[in-house]
Amino acid sequence: MITAERKPLDEIMESIDGCGRILLVGCNECVTVCAAGGRKEVALLASALQMASMKKGRTLDIRELTLERQCDPEYVEELTPHIDQVDAVVSMACGCGVQEVARRFKKTHVYPALNTKFMGASEGPGIWAERCQGCGDCLLGLTGGICPIARCAKRLMNGPCGGSTNGKCEISNDVDCAWHLIWERMKELGIEDRYEDVIAAKDWRTGRGGGPRKILREDLV
Amino acid sequence: MKTESVLEKVLASGELAVTGECGPPRGALPDVVKEKAALLKGYVDAVNVTDNQTAMVRMSSFAASVFLRQMDLHPVFQMVTRDRNRLAMQGDIIGAYSHGINTMLCLSGDHPKFGDHAMAANVHDLDSMQLIQTVRGMRDKGLFQGGAEIKNPPKMFIGAAANPFADPFELRVARLAKKVKAGVDFVQTQCIYNIDKFETWMQGIRDRGLHEQVYIMAGITPMKSAGMARYMKNKVPGMDVPDELVKRMAGVPKDKQAQEGIDICIESIERLRQIEGVSGFHIMAIEWEEKVPEIVKRAGLYPRPQV
Amino acid sequence: MEQFEPTIVAFCCHYCAYTAADMAGSMRLEYPPNVKIIRVPCSGRVDAIHIMKALEKGADGVLVAGCLEGDCHFKNGNVKALQRVTALHPFLEEIGIEAERVQMVNMSAGMGGRFAQIATEFTEKIRELGPNPAKAGASRLAAS
Repeated sequence: MITAERKPLDEIMESIDGCGRILLVGCNECVTVCAAGGRKEVALLASALQMASMKKGRTLDIRELTLERQCDPEYVEELTPHIDQVDAVVSMACGCGVQEVARRFKKTHVYPALNTKFMGASEGPGIWAERCQGCGDCLLGLTGGICPIARCAKRLMNGPCGGSTNGKCEISNDVDCAWHLIWERMKELGIEDRYEDVIAAKDWRTGRGGGPRKILREDLV
Repeated sequence: MKTESVLEKVLASGELAVTGECGPPRGALPDVVKEKAALLKGYVDAVNVTDNQTAMVRMSSFAASVFLRQMDLHPVFQMVTRDRNRLAMQGDIIGAYSHGINTMLCLSGDHPKFGDHAMAANVHDLDSMQLIQTVRGMRDKGLFQGGAEIKNPPKMFIGAAANPFADPFELRVARLAKKVKAGVDFVQTQCIYNIDKFETWMQGIRDRGLHEQVYIMAGITPMKSAGMARYMKNKVPGMDVPDELVKRMAGVPKDKQAQEGIDICIESIERLRQIEGVSGFHIMAIEWEEKVPEIVKRAGLYPRPQV
Repeated sequence: MEQFEPTIVAFCCHYCAYTAADMAGSMRLEYPPNVKIIRVPCSGRVDAIHIMKALEKGADGVLVAGCLEGDCHFKNGNVKALQRVTALHPFLEEIGIEAERVQMVNMSAGMGGRFAQIATEFTEKIRELGPNPAKAGASRLAAS
């Protein structure tokens, strides 16, 4: 899923400076799961913004709404009845959701309340870690199901570098060496011999290198 | 002979080769490069010129290598994949070759976190293995990585680093095998302090006959003080400094520690040259270049062969 | 200016603090009338938003009172409550509300005396801290 974290309150407050009526919009998908922008977080942020404004001797008119999916136009449409009655939208979705709202409502300011972080998985309650960078040409089949692009600090396709110590990356003891994990997994799978196959230079066109990407499925259009 | 590289010629002659190192300055200071290089002249076959080492901005390896060439020294042009993409790297390779630089070292580079530009983008369009492949393709096939033909392709003698001590240890021989497969001609190892462990690694190398496919130059760094020994042991990733060595350094008075460091270095070379498959020494006297002549002479590696 | 009388909201677990408060009453122990008790089935039922709303609507201090460690009727509701209170503290600081206005306390049903003591001490502490800055700002607004 896509993970995100709330921006500092001061930054959000600064972005809505001068706005009295705010539509605070959450999303029921990924950001709900990572506890950054679901219904609960919308309520908390609304209360926090209200109190921060009260401190300054103002009150805000805050409407709270959490959409099923903020990155789909059908759901974003639900904001229509509110748009003319607010000065700004504050979105608690990932960057995709923020942009979808901005695209639909061209004359309304839309401000992000979250920093979108990465595509990741949960490693336990309250812990999420990066797993995929969407390179567009998955090589997990070659690397024992562990992605060196997302999980090696130098995205080495032929690692590990010389800085791996006790299975940890040289940048931090909190980061596993991806290539150590790959090697251990290769051994478990009995495919150690494949380690010596050099993975050739990657064609980044399938990733961001090729410019903004789009998927077109004729059968669904 | 694959190239015109003097280092290749020395290695091919069967003599023990010697390389040194010159870290370019953090400023437009050509004299600093020339002074450092002058200290090494005549005592080494080639001089590694580092590329933004420890992820700090320095005079480029390319520019500093050109100064060395002008002094009739033979630079080992280092290139890290951290700072530039394949267009920039290949452009520099043909540029360097045009300046008579025919030996290079392919590295991935320290993570920006360790330098003074931790906020920099970490490029890694290629990794060190793929850079080796690229340089070999440029030399042997005369093709750019993208497939187009190169007019007057650069004939680089291709080096890489090898760390016999990093984790997982069991992978270290396979890792060199992989670099050989990618097309490396010589490797310079991480500084060797734990000679027993290095011997174990070399045994693994010989078992697979890798020492006959790639020249292995043993990395040597003299320690200036007991403090440096402890720092290398505890703080430098992928470094293996045995306790006895730290104790030995700490066991002599402070003003004698530098000399003790040089003695250890000579003893190490003495022992390492006996190991089958060691083709030479890479002496990294970091900011201590003036000691290289003494080390080379005392180790019996002087004079350098004329090839 | 007359003395500031803080409003304290105490979320009290039905199985301990609520009974303890009751007992304080029947023991004729005095504690400040500033403390408004809200009975909850477990301190673990108290969510961050309940505390936030209490503050937003005018509370100067909030107590979350649960069972003694290891004695939660629902196993670990009191542990979760403490986690939530702790997690809320930096958020309150971001807003500009002192973290010490929100506190987690533990007691058993029999601790009428402890309840009265905590209620008194916490009220005093909040009295010293002064009014909730959000409320103070809002009343400035009303006055102007």
